[in-house]
Order: sequence, then structure tokens, then C-alpha cells
Amino acid sequence: MNPALLHSVVQIADDHLILGHRMSEWCGHAPMLEEDLSMPNMALDMIGQARTLYTYAATIENQGRTEDDFAYLRNDREYLNCLLVERPNGDFAHTMLRQLYFAAYMHPFWEAMHKSTDNTLQALSFKAVKEIAYHIRHCGEWIVRLGDGTDESHERINNAVSALHPYTAELFEVDEQRLAGIELGIFPAQAQLRQVWDKTIDQIFHQAKIKVPRTDFNQSGGRKGLHTEDFGLLLSQLQYLQRAYPGSTW
Amino acid sequence: MVAKRSADINAARTIALSVPDPELPFLTLEDLGIVRNVSIDGDTIVAKLTPTYIGCPAVSVIEKDVFDALTKAGFNARVIRVDSPAWTTDWITDTGRQKLKDNGISPPETKSTSPLAAKNTIALFSQRTVACPHCDSTNTEKLSEFGSTPCKAQYRCLHCREPFDHFKCH
Ligand SMILES: [Zn+2]
Repeated sequence: MNPALLHSVVQIADDHLILGHRMSEWCGHAPMLEEDLSMPNMALDMIGQARTLYTYAATIENQGRTEDDFAYLRNDREYLNCLLVERPNGDFAHTMLRQLYFAAYMHPFWEAMHKSTDNTLQALSFKAVKEIAYHIRHCGEWIVRLGDGTDESHERINNAVSALHPYTAELFEVDEQRLAGIELGIFPAQAQLRQVWDKTIDQIFHQAKIKVPRTDFNQSGGRKGLHTEDFGLLLSQLQYLQRAYPGSTW
Repeated sequence: MVAKRSADINAARTIALSVPDPELPFLTLEDLGIVRNVSIDGDTIVAKLTPTYIGCPAVSVIEKDVFDALTKAGFNARVIRVDSPAWTTDWITDTGRQKLKDNGISPPETKSTSPLAAKNTIALFSQRTVACPHCDSTNTEKLSEFGSTPCKAQYRCLHCREPFDHFKCH
């Protein structure tokens, strides 16, 4: 068992589960039918990838835990997702921007993982990269429509940028466990991903006529299990069934 | 039944290949190209399947359907998920493509005909030429990247005015 690898895989799995859960909260509440289909579809992609990653985490750990134990039966401090993905949905602009920020990171990540020395993650990368490309396109197009739309839509996307941009730096943090994985050729160097991310965001923001803000203070902590107040509310909903009816299945 | 002869493997393979897709029941697993291999391990038939989309709810249904079909035919069966190499819509057979079109769904482009798909492009507002499955006009427009299942996008024909599903190149 490789505890450093387990730690990193759980971080990535948690990002996907929590963002998928947030996205699923839109089901039935979207501003139009097409979006009511698109957001649950993106949630499904996120949760599908989380399942594969949790199953792999359980295999690495080899203690008899299952994907469900990881998803439903840990306490808040044991979740290692970045803070960006747990931010509340806010308005549609917030949700699209949060997804774009994350997808613009995961796309070069999965592309680089095609060369990973880890076979399971490498296999997943070929499917995940195709799914995440759709997320960048779909959300990116909405950022452009909102930014280059009406006064109100422009203001809303700018508010979303101000609120969420300080959470993006955490995506690129390297802890000692990740560093060990990078040195083993399992994960790509974060600096390399940052370059691609910057370029994607610059291009889309330019097209959307919005500015990439300079943030002097960045939010962080989720990767170490330190979460925001909103996260407790999210978990209470996510875990409700397994806590109220332990072991239930369908 | 204890499977041991090549005749059993052939029978089992035919059964697995003819299982219908739960979401597009006019397509078989053979049409979709997701059956990698049917073999024998001791007295058990082993069917290896490639999942289509990671989060697609149909994947576990398909695995159960194959297991049930083999069991019903009297075989000891085991179904194994093979993640690598990843499934692509290029594995949909010509028969499968024709069946999609006949059922009002425009089939996916192949990698060789779709430079966009080949590069997993993330260029915004990129347009691909999708022909209407009803009148074959290429004067069509995209309504949404996402549709009723993870594999489909929604289009509208500007010639015959019919809306239709497009099976996304993946
Ligand atoms: Zn038509």
C-alpha cells in the first residue's frame, strides 16, 4: 500500500464527488430545459469518475472499505476536496464559472495522465478527458454569453469571478504526498497544468469581455480537510440516507 | 451446465453479442462494439465488456443483462469490466450506424471524418456538420450539447424542421 498515492487519489475523488453533488442540486431547478439536462449530465460525469477513483482508493488501502464507505461514511475533516468545489451554487453564472474553473484544470490533468506510470489512473484518463472537454465547451460558451450579453448578465458573471477566483489557486497546491506521486511519474507537475489553465481562462474571459482578476489573497484548506461552513450542510444532505438507515442499498 | 467445448463458447458469444442496449434497445451490444471477448475459465463463461461512459447508468444494467442472458442459457457466467482501451464511438459497427439513422438518431462521426473529435477540441462555439437522419440535409443546428442520455446531443433540422438526437462522437 502506498499511503501517499491513496491520499492524492482521495483528494481527486472528493473533488469529483462534491462538485457532482453540487451540480446535481440543480436538477429540476435549471432556468431552461436544455440546462436541466446538461447539469445533471455533468453531475453524472463527475460522480462516475468519483466512483472509479473511490474504488481504486479502496483497492490501494486494502482494508475492506468500498466506494460507498468513502463517499458516505467519513467525517468532514476526512474529505480532502478543494474549497472551490464545495462553494454553494449561487446563481447560474456562479455554477457555470465554478465548473469551468475546475474543468479547465482537469482537462490538462487527464491529458497528462495518458503518460502516467499508474495503470488504473491512466486507463481512466482516456475516458475522463473526453467528458471534461464537453464541460469546458459548454460552460465556456455560457461564460461568453453571460459576459458579452446584457448589463445584468455581465454584472452577474463579474460577481461570480470576484467570489470564486480566490479559490482557484488551491487547485495547483502540491503537498508532500502529491510531490511523491509527481516524482514517481504518477501525476503531472502542477506548474505545467497552471500554464494551460491560465491560457484557457485568459482566452475565454477575453472572448467574454471580462477581466482575469489579480488576487493577492487565496483561499485554501480543503486539501487538508479544513472546510467552509457550507460544507457541513452539503454533507448532511449527501450522507443523510446512510446515516439514518445504515447499510441500506437499492 | 459445465461449459467446455468451443461450441459452448460460440453459443455464449452469440448470446452476449445479441443482448440489447437498455437505452437504445434496437441496438445490440455487437452493434455498439462493447463486447471485447467471450472465453472460458474452468467451467465458467467469462464475458469482457467495455463501459461506454464512466457515469452512464446503463453500464451496470448492461453487465447484469449479459450475466442474466448467459445464466438463463444455462451457463455459469462471469462478467468483467475492461476499462482500457477506452470505448470510442468508432467501435459502433456500420449496421449499428444504419440502425441509429433508421431510428431517427444521427450517428456519430468517425474519428477519421471528424478532425474536431480527434483532438478532443475545447474550442468554443465550434460547429460540426451533422446530417438530419430524416431528410439528410446538413442544414442543421445544435440545440444542446446534452440530451436524454449521456451519449446524445440535441439538434434541429432547418430544412425539414424536425428536432433530432445526435449520437455524440466520443
Ligand atoms: Zn431534416
